[in-house]
Amino acid sequence: MADLSINFAGIKSPNPFWLASGPPTNTAGQVIRAFDVGWGGAVWKTVGEPIVNTASRYGGIDLGAQKLMGFNNIELISDRPIEDNLREIAEVKKRYPRHAVIVSLMVETKRGVWHEIVKRTEDTGCDGLELNFGCPHGMSERGMGSAVGQVPEYTTMITEWVKEVARTPVIVKLTPNATDVARIAEAAEQGGADGMSLINTLNSVMSVDLDTFAPRPAVRGKSSHGGYCGPAVKPIALHMISSCAQRVRIPISGIGGISTWQDAAEFIALGARSVQVCTAAMHYGFRIVEDMIDGLSEYLEAKGFSSLSELERRAVDNVTDWGNLDLNYKIIAAIDAEKCIGCHLCYVACEDGAHQCIEEYPKASGGNGALRVPRVIEEECVGCNLCALVCPVDGCITMQQVETGLAPMSWNERARQQRQEAGIAYTPSLWGGEI
Amino acid sequence: MALVNIAPKLPPEEYEQRFADINPRLTRQQALLESARCLYCYDAPCIKACPTHIDVPSFIKKIATGNLKGSARVILTANILGESCGRVCPTESLCEGACVLNAEGQKPVEIGSLQRYAVDYVLDRDIRLFQAGKSNGHRVACIGSGPASLACAADLAKWGYEVKIYDRNKLPGGLNTYGIAAYKTRAQDSLREVKLVEELGVKFEQGVEVGKDVTLSELEARFDAVFVGVGLGETWALNLPGEELEGVWGAMEFIELTKTRPFETVDVGCRVVVIGAGNTAIDAATAARRLGAEHVTIVYRRGEPEVPAFKYEYELAQKDGVVFHWNTQPVRVAGHGRVEALECVRTRLTEAGSAHGRGRSARLELLPGTEFAIPADMVVRAVGQQPLVSLLKTARGLVIEDGRVAVNPETGQTGNPKYFAGGDCVNGGREVVDAVAEGMRAARGIDAWLAAKQVSRE
Repeated sequence: MADLSINFAGIKSPNPFWLASGPPTNTAGQVIRAFDVGWGGAVWKTVGEPIVNTASRYGGIDLGAQKLMGFNNIELISDRPIEDNLREIAEVKKRYPRHAVIVSLMVETKRGVWHEIVKRTEDTGCDGLELNFGCPHGMSERGMGSAVGQVPEYTTMITEWVKEVARTPVIVKLTPNATDVARIAEAAEQGGADGMSLINTLNSVMSVDLDTFAPRPAVRGKSSHGGYCGPAVKPIALHMISSCAQRVRIPISGIGGISTWQDAAEFIALGARSVQVCTAAMHYGFRIVEDMIDGLSEYLEAKGFSSLSELERRAVDNVTDWGNLDLNYKIIAAIDAEKCIGCHLCYVACEDGAHQCIEEYPKASGGNGALRVPRVIEEECVGCNLCALVCPVDGCITMQQVETGLAPMSWNERARQQRQEAGIAYTPSLWGGEI
Repeated sequence: MALVNIAPKLPPEEYEQRFADINPRLTRQQALLESARCLYCYDAPCIKACPTHIDVPSFIKKIATGNLKGSARVILTANILGESCGRVCPTESLCEGACVLNAEGQKPVEIGSLQRYAVDYVLDRDIRLFQAGKSNGHRVACIGSGPASLACAADLAKWGYEVKIYDRNKLPGGLNTYGIAAYKTRAQDSLREVKLVEELGVKFEQGVEVGKDVTLSELEARFDAVFVGVGLGETWALNLPGEELEGVWGAMEFIELTKTRPFETVDVGCRVVVIGAGNTAIDAATAARRLGAEHVTIVYRRGEPEVPAFKYEYELAQKDGVVFHWNTQPVRVAGHGRVEALECVRTRLTEAGSAHGRGRSARLELLPGTEFAIPADMVVRAVGQQPLVSLLKTARGLVIEDGRVAVNPETGQTGNPKYFAGGDCVNGGREVVDAVAEGMRAARGIDAWLAAKQVSRE
């Protein structure tokens, strides 16, 4: 069996699956149950001066039959006394010496206050600290959470304060509510962070009750912007992680809509060393980790990888600037007439929404009449993928590579060549690419 | 009816359970999940498969978005009897049979159930979706108040016609009210749909038999056009010796009792034999079983492969414990004053007159020496209904071919230009949805004909 264990900046964990800081890691009872069913680590729900929460706190978006495609919350950090949390953390760590117990922290922006909480927390024997610079709601109004994580200078400063006294690895949790998250990641690294975790939740208003006009989640008819997460945010998280992975050296703990082993493997391939899960555990319970571990092991074995380190960062360099993409790579859609069920969704999508390259049956001449198979006008097809994306039948529409006989040529290369042929001097764009 | 060996009566709640809706209304969650399964095909095959061309993806999408009133409007605009069609259509050979999910090996979207779900929403709440059009001064009479006339009348009323429906029954709705198995739809369900037509200002003259209480020439004089939607008449006789014995029933007449009376007042024999294996025979056989008959037998002169009932109807009868005697031809109803047995003989399909001695057109041969008797307290004839030829023949110019009124396939116009026709009397007995489609076709035909007449006069 493939080795799933990891060493995250000195924090050892039997597998990369950690529960993210949030409602599932609020108490010792929960974390114990989670460890018992296989979670490798847990980031304790943010400890700080206790707050008071509202009712309600959570909102959801369903997509068709799928509940909670997106989820948000306006819950704040732990509402339990600091000493209760610390006592339970110590108990859990004692009972599970080989699991990763990391404590999320958030206190007011004062050096002495941070020093004190770090010392008290590390006295529990925890394996590491996660600085919550990401929480976008409530706490940010009090100058904490994302109010820190949106300003590189504050991020560096507080990280430095923590590192002045910390004896365990320090992870900085980043907010996606920043123009350039990697810039904040660099600031954290500069402040001495040993690792980073991202993404925290995105600012959001979940929905509006069209009878009462109360936004959701509603608190006596009103709401506040909350933190958005769940499967819907995964692509945003993947982008941000790859961007950080290219610009900083410290390990990354990936967060954002992870519900399956495939999700986890993608995060790891794009630069994460551990992954954190919250919404999926809130939806289905801790048991989901069983298939995450099982599926990831099977995958590693199938790929011939003996450990996770062979998967880590494997896709990072494949995320590049648009200007580096090959303009001479050509693919066109192919419809498998045997598999086509005749729904014509590809036709209408291409006709109305893309590039008018599919002929509807019966206009199409090549199709099987009984099944109304549409026809790709190959000479018109731009290879955009839309038809394959809307097709409800697995493997029915595939994008086939067409040999153009042309050598690969990116926009940057093309522009450079044209510039050189015209004898024009190179003036880089604001971002460095060719214009 | 003077049956002797009457099946023991059951408690009223037991009858209600046995005749409970066989396909109960979807819950909100079920409807949402099912509507989410619809792929929202472009130029969808289900629309084409529906005789009334309901825009299925559109109404299902509206269910998914919670716009139930809009969904019902899409359905009822195309088919005013969308609710009962949702219940009784043979959807697996119409819309659901055309659903592209079949081709992927999935269950088709439950279009019929979703359709009923959406229409029930507006019927439950008495939401009025349609209004009578501004009067155009034209008057149309419809004969019969079944699905064809209702559909014809509804469209005409929307376009400003003054429409009066003449029907010989006490209650309107025709077959929908009187002739569909009670576990599929009850009379009150049909009457809710009739109300949709009444709300458009259509007048109903119930208990009036055209040809007797009012003559065709009177109608011709009072109306600009006449729509004939009379359906079919009584069940065909078998012309068997003993058919006049007490306890011999027509299937339609038997089913009608279950639709108009409390179940506990409908007597059924302990041993019932139904002759014929079409959908109506199944309705009669299952009704007899559910009313408490101990032994219900269907005799059919051809074999199981030729069974004319829809597959799900046949399976329903099997589930209800109905016994089938294939290749069995009744020859005599035996008894003294009342039915005691049905005497039969075995048959064989012969090569002559058909391909390989199979199929419903193959000729039958009686096998001598195979005579046997099935003891019975009640015999139900279910061999199809007779056309109402006597009435139809009194209309000048109407052409009756093979018991059916001949019409222009584009307009529903008959040999007499003032008469239009649709439904069972034209198609020989098909589905409710076909009757609706033909009623609507005739409405368009009447509108075009009267408009053209007006133009030529001006």
